[in-house]
Amino acid sequence: MTLNAVATKKTFKKTLLASLVGASMAGAALLPMTASAETLRMAYDADPVSLDIHEQLSGGILQLSHMTHDPLVRWTKSLDFEPRLATEWEQVDDTTMRMSLREGVEFHSGNPFTANDVAWTIKRLKQSPDFRAIFEPIESVEVIDDYTVEINTKEPYPLLLNLATYVFPMDSEFYSGNDEDGDPKDEIVKNGNSYASRNVSGTGPYTVTDRQQGVRTQFTRNPNYWDNESPGNVDNIILTPISENATRVAALLSGDVDFIAPVPPNDLDRVRESDDTQLVTMSGTRIIFFHMNQERVEAFQDQRVREAFAYAVNQEGIADRLMKGFATPAAQFSPEGYAGHVESLEPRYDVERAKELMAEAGYADGFDITMMAPNNRYVNDAKIAQAVAAMLARINVTVDLKTMPKAQYWGEFDDRAADMMMIGWHADTEDSANFHEYLTACPDADSGAGQYNAGNFCNPELDALIAAANVEVDREQRAEMLQQVEQTLYDQAAILPLHWQDLAWASSNRVNIEPVLNVMNFPYLGDLVIEDSE
Amino acid sequence: MIAFLVKRLFHALLVMFVISIIAFAIQDNLGDPIQQMVGQSVPEDEREALREELGLNDPMLVQYARFAVNAAQFDFGYSYVFNQPTTEVIARHLPATLELVAASTFLIIVFSVPIGVYSAIKPRALLTRFFMSISIVGISIPVFLTAIMLIQIFAIGISWTPFPANTGWGNWLNELISTEGGMPAYGRGDPVTVFGTWDTNFASFKGLSYLVLPAISLASIMLPLFIRLIRAEMLEVLQSDYVKFARAKGISMRRIYFLHALKNTMLPVITVGGVQIGTLVAYTILTETVFQWPGMGLMFLDAIERSDIPLIVTYLMIVGLIFVITNTIVDLIYGLVNPTVKLTGKPS
Repeated sequence: MTLNAVATKKTFKKTLLASLVGASMAGAALLPMTASAETLRMAYDADPVSLDIHEQLSGGILQLSHMTHDPLVRWTKSLDFEPRLATEWEQVDDTTMRMSLREGVEFHSGNPFTANDVAWTIKRLKQSPDFRAIFEPIESVEVIDDYTVEINTKEPYPLLLNLATYVFPMDSEFYSGNDEDGDPKDEIVKNGNSYASRNVSGTGPYTVTDRQQGVRTQFTRNPNYWDNESPGNVDNIILTPISENATRVAALLSGDVDFIAPVPPNDLDRVRESDDTQLVTMSGTRIIFFHMNQERVEAFQDQRVREAFAYAVNQEGIADRLMKGFATPAAQFSPEGYAGHVESLEPRYDVERAKELMAEAGYADGFDITMMAPNNRYVNDAKIAQAVAAMLARINVTVDLKTMPKAQYWGEFDDRAADMMMIGWHADTEDSANFHEYLTACPDADSGAGQYNAGNFCNPELDALIAAANVEVDREQRAEMLQQVEQTLYDQAAILPLHWQDLAWASSNRVNIEPVLNVMNFPYLGDLVIEDSE
Repeated sequence: MIAFLVKRLFHALLVMFVISIIAFAIQDNLGDPIQQMVGQSVPEDEREALREELGLNDPMLVQYARFAVNAAQFDFGYSYVFNQPTTEVIARHLPATLELVAASTFLIIVFSVPIGVYSAIKPRALLTRFFMSISIVGISIPVFLTAIMLIQIFAIGISWTPFPANTGWGNWLNELISTEGGMPAYGRGDPVTVFGTWDTNFASFKGLSYLVLPAISLASIMLPLFIRLIRAEMLEVLQSDYVKFARAKGISMRRIYFLHALKNTMLPVITVGGVQIGTLVAYTILTETVFQWPGMGLMFLDAIERSDIPLIVTYLMIVGLIFVITNTIVDLIYGLVNPTVKLTGKPS
């Protein structure tokens, strides 16, 4: 069934429902009007690149996934797991997890949701270029009966539930066979028009009823949604991408839209002061930091020099003044709530100490380095780089700074084109080990370890510790190991951490967004409540 | 005439060829499209495979040859972002831009001709001085700022209370300088489909309300320019011998102004105007960004942001084509208005 057909069927059902409601209302005209259709007009800075939720691993796609699909489990605000399509799970042995699935759930197409769909979806995820790497640990999925699956991993794997938040079961029957061009319906195409990039059938709270890429996407509430306990009362969602910061804020302030994200730091006060809007901010999980390239600059091989840099940079100052309080100063990768977070690690800022360390290392007169940063990727990225360059000047380090748009920047980053390079990172697995694996592990082209390690920091002991943590199923023990990694990275000043970028959303007062927001930045819009405007 | 058109056709082909070469030459500096297409944790070998699949690893000459052969058959490739033929993507965004340009052109014509003529006929009038100073301001404020100001004043509304609110006159003055807002701040609303991919905002009052602010912003740069141009030309014509002669013959001033003088004033204005409409298409990039108007300009900026090279190349070529076409039309109209012009392009 095509998207349009689904839509027509839904419209028909709705009309039927509406006339029934209308008929009963005529009889009981005194009953309060509760069935009013609420519409949420929302504006994000970009729209999802495709309707195929396996095409790209990005924030936009995950936001879409939570609207049109349901995950097996999902994160709560306090980073615990909440059952969704999986109702129960137990570790059968070190490498096997048995999951019970929710019964009586239907896809948008009307097909029943069963264990086959879970197995099918995970198999597809293992073929997706973007998701393949993070689903690598899964060996196979066994269908025990219609509502039970067993997930087998190659080795004991402690993050299986984290992975389960990425499994949004797709309608295997709907995506079977070939489309009108003769291409398989389940094919994942990065550059081209595939069936799955145009048609959706999930179990989620919303169906896509209209989509003009880059202009608007319209969602309608799934009348057969299984979650009857959800307080959500939004029947229609119109998503418009507004990339221009000032326009997005203006659209909210003028009442043209009800919900925007992200709110640019420069406009936080404007939104806060407006009587008709509310602002929600929270500390995010994306760390912004600098790599110090030990291969290009001999001085960076000296731990004292790296420490001196850490002492020279005023993270609090950047977060306070440059970011207007819209960032949380960092001294490690892991934000609060992650297993590896070490409470005691505080930013060290002491210019005198930095000078001493430079002198001890024999660089009292400083040296020249090059630095690169993007200028349209992270909040205030270019300004932050300028501030860091100015701070380093105080310990006699002369910085030649170059900033560029992200489209050009990543090529330079891959080439390790400067001595210090800025990067921001969010752990796809919401787990501390991910930071080290990609950013500070000894670079290894074959395994992909240290793919973004532009500092060439290498400590094999830490790599071994992470490898051990990744097969440690005991969560407490594992957290201890990850904390030890963070502590060592801090002691050896492996990187120059700056801050975790905060998140901000804003909405009109009658849209109660606070309960559905989370640090991963995928609002659970199915549970969103709009207060009656009357 | 036919020879002229044929010549222009070759001209157009040459322009497109040069643009395509330039676009291809700079594409290495536009960034890596793969970076935009995959997530951050995708390993290098996956990226390499995708790069190979898209043919990005071939030498530039091979890529250009492949592009040129396809382009000759009107196949300009697939947009990386939209996953559709670039020509389709542009065709879908074109109506929005054309409507915006048409609306501002309408504003420009409706306001510039009367104001320009008036200020030429009455060069010392108070109203003329007012128009002239306003037009200076209009030229100097960037389109971007005009747009933001319009949004603040007419979409969000401003409440300004410099006067005491507890007095009657203070309240009245406060209300006088405050605005309600309420105009749409972004996008096209729900345009009505005319046929195919052509959605129009002209079909309903509500649709038109979405056009007003962007059209004013876009017109704000050209309007003052045209007022000044028409005024200057008109002043010059009014000094010419044939106007003096007509006056001496006792022809009514009205007839002189609006028939004899205006016709000759419009000749250079048409030439400049035609070229400026081409420029207007280019100016829409800023206006469309601020108003999130889903036209070609916004699409182009997006394409640059995401290194969507096929779309960038096609856009540039089509804009080049628009310039050639508007220039050709201008020359044709010019020939109609002034028959002494020879369209063969040879020196007359």
